[in-house]
Amino acid sequence: MQPRTEAELAEAVRGAAGPLRICGGGTRGIGRVVPGELLSLAGISGISLYEPGALTLVAAAGTPLEEIEAALAAEGQMLAFEPMDHRVLLGSFGVPTIGGVVAANVSGPRRVSAVGACRDALLGVRFVDGSGQVIKNGGRVMKNVTGYDLSKLMAGAYGTLGVLSEVALKVLPRPEAETVLTIAGLDAGQAVKAMAAALGSPYEVTGAAYDPARGVHMRVEGLRASVQYRARELAALLAGFGTVALEEDRGASAALWQQIRDVERLAPHQVVVRVSMKPSDLPVILQDVGAGDDYLADWGGGLLWIAASETDGPALLENLQQFCARSGGHATLVKAPEAMRRSLRSFQPEPAALAALTAGLRARFDPRGILNPGLME
Amino acid sequence: MEMPVPNPGVLARKARIVALLRKVLPEDAVIDDPTATRAYECDGLTAYRCPPLAAVLPRTTEEVAAVLKICHAEGVPVVPRGSGTSLAGGALPTADSVILGVARLRDVLETDYDNRFIRVQTGRTNLSVTGAVEADGFFYAPDPSSQLACAIAGNIAMNSGGAHCLKYGVTTNNLLGVTMVLMDGTVVKIGGAHMDAGGLDLLGVICGSEGQLGVVTEATLRILPMPEGARPVLIGFDSNEVAGACVSDIIKAGILPVAIEFMDRPCIRATEAFAKAGYPDCEALLIVEVEGADAEIDTQLALIREIALRHDPVEFRESKSAEESAKIWLGRKSAFGAMGQINDYMCLDGTIPVSELPYVLRRIGEMSKDYGLDVANVFHAGDGNMHPLILFDANKPGDLELCEAFGADILKLCVEVGGCLTGEHGVGIEKRDLMHAQFSTADLEAQMRVKDVFDPSWLLNPAKVFPLDASATRRAA
Repeated sequence: MQPRTEAELAEAVRGAAGPLRICGGGTRGIGRVVPGELLSLAGISGISLYEPGALTLVAAAGTPLEEIEAALAAEGQMLAFEPMDHRVLLGSFGVPTIGGVVAANVSGPRRVSAVGACRDALLGVRFVDGSGQVIKNGGRVMKNVTGYDLSKLMAGAYGTLGVLSEVALKVLPRPEAETVLTIAGLDAGQAVKAMAAALGSPYEVTGAAYDPARGVHMRVEGLRASVQYRARELAALLAGFGTVALEEDRGASAALWQQIRDVERLAPHQVVVRVSMKPSDLPVILQDVGAGDDYLADWGGGLLWIAASETDGPALLENLQQFCARSGGHATLVKAPEAMRRSLRSFQPEPAALAALTAGLRARFDPRGILNPGLME
Repeated sequence: MEMPVPNPGVLARKARIVALLRKVLPEDAVIDDPTATRAYECDGLTAYRCPPLAAVLPRTTEEVAAVLKICHAEGVPVVPRGSGTSLAGGALPTADSVILGVARLRDVLETDYDNRFIRVQTGRTNLSVTGAVEADGFFYAPDPSSQLACAIAGNIAMNSGGAHCLKYGVTTNNLLGVTMVLMDGTVVKIGGAHMDAGGLDLLGVICGSEGQLGVVTEATLRILPMPEGARPVLIGFDSNEVAGACVSDIIKAGILPVAIEFMDRPCIRATEAFAKAGYPDCEALLIVEVEGADAEIDTQLALIREIALRHDPVEFRESKSAEESAKIWLGRKSAFGAMGQINDYMCLDGTIPVSELPYVLRRIGEMSKDYGLDVANVFHAGDGNMHPLILFDANKPGDLELCEAFGADILKLCVEVGGCLTGEHGVGIEKRDLMHAQFSTADLEAQMRVKDVFDPSWLLNPAKVFPLDASATRRAA
């Protein structure tokens, strides 16, 4: 099914005889493989409002991300949460859509800064619940506490509470300049300390990642003179960790952070797990659970991407989820062969009291259990 | 303001309920004497008052759980209360309710600079969270103007903002985790020191739910390194339109100030008479503050100056020192106090798309003439959050009602132009019955479903947020 309007979408959901597989561009095959008829949002597309002076953009859920990014670039603006393009890691095809980005709460390296995650930029949504009812929440303004914030609830729900039809987002000016600082030759423990020192400084670091082969990368962005000043100060602050190399070319910096954002390094691997945790737990988890076949850390150490073979994948996922159950955080199977995605629990199991709340919300927003059923289990 | 009829069964069982509460709490933590419960009869919205059945002041999460378990079993409504500074009546009791105050939950539980968070009990005041980390160069970003008094619990309930949220976001963007007690006494932990939710974003819907989903007893909050410095400029214009266009141009130029504050002529005159900050007598005034090291500030202010001069300002005053900065902020910070000196006033809190600013100000001016009540406008221009202050005379019969009707019309106007009823104060009882103006029945139903899950018996703060007609069957069930 490929409805062309929100009304047709509502009709399609209302009239559905069985489960629906909701699909934006189909580039993010994450979670349990769900049965059901394909419901594509590709037909509900287009930017309906863009006010650069108000930093706001409203678009239909099926709008290609590329179209949005082009419109923003034309005004010198951007989606500051820099969503990952999952095609690189997953080897998937298709056209990423803004609805898919929001449904999966896809947030890139700037998550670690005051910019926050995709959900932090989300101002409002329109969606169709499991009964085919059209519901709106939030709006298009930056400060809004009118009623419950269902928009956040929809971000990262992978369509299981409702099918997004429209999203309103806060956008930000594209920085005039950016510089990367790199310190090579650090182990994970030193890397986390170096990133903590940078992120705890007043120099507004907007990216802090660790690649065990290349070292620690940190990014500063903004007005040119300010970037130069902050990069210099940071380099001095971090001198104790090793030689600090500066890359001031904007294109080179952008390319590097795109590789980090898209977890390009792990693309050759069959199984990749994403772990969100307390940054200082990075060396601990690598010690406890092992470093897999390869890994990459972002968000100052708070986001770990870890790879394994098909054979070792299930045990790695299990160990990571157990670590998170003990120490906080969560581990999600992001890349795996389809058979594995059918048999394993992709998302971190929740304690009973939270699982009951989650189940209660699903039962009320999707009483027939037809929206991507079981995807997040 | 219509409130539900108190449950006569609960009122009749007061002695039993208080005795049960005394069994699980220390003697001084249960207040049932009618003269003492008076202290809890209202919050910052003082026009509405109602003493509760009793008030309890637990000291631990376990005590909160014990209280809620009793109230749940006895069918007693519970109204959670932070510091009682809500301007929307979020903590207004009903006669059959127990006030659950978190004022004695005040400890800092954990401070972690490497991971940039602080874990606190939620009765702690907003400003004292920053106070706990500022010596080490950190701060907690949300800064509601009541920050000296307001509690983190209330900040989470109302998703409080402040003047600096253009850059740093509001409470929901700075909240990493909570320990929360559900109405049946179940203790849940959501989130933690990690940066995103696993599973559904329950934290996102709890924040801003006005104490209707659970009582948050502990919070993990993101702290940020303090900027090296900050400095404001003051820019005066002879029209609101031009001031609005200047705000838009500053934002489009790629500068992200931490605050852009706007005051109109009535507000400038009133504050000038009161605080003598030396503001120019003009139609509209902007205060724009930027952060960074001295040289960074200079660069940003030079850009702002260039943009402002294109709009032909009547005044452009750049702060060169801490004293000058304080003087620029003085009038803005005393705006509410100044208004209070000359009149009773009602402070509104709608948000509008920034582009609609000139139209909305013109319409408010017209409505002001129709109602015969003066309005002064002060607001956060960067994010469109307006605080029109309607002046009225509380001693004049009918004036409060007239003022409320005028306020409702302004908020409906905010919704009409694509904005919302409340930007940072919350719905409470104040805007409860206006919710139909912004939401369809289906929209409200969807929100109430969330409450059905967390609090199936609708005992937590039940008469708030949703129009009474919309929630009637649920509250009666």
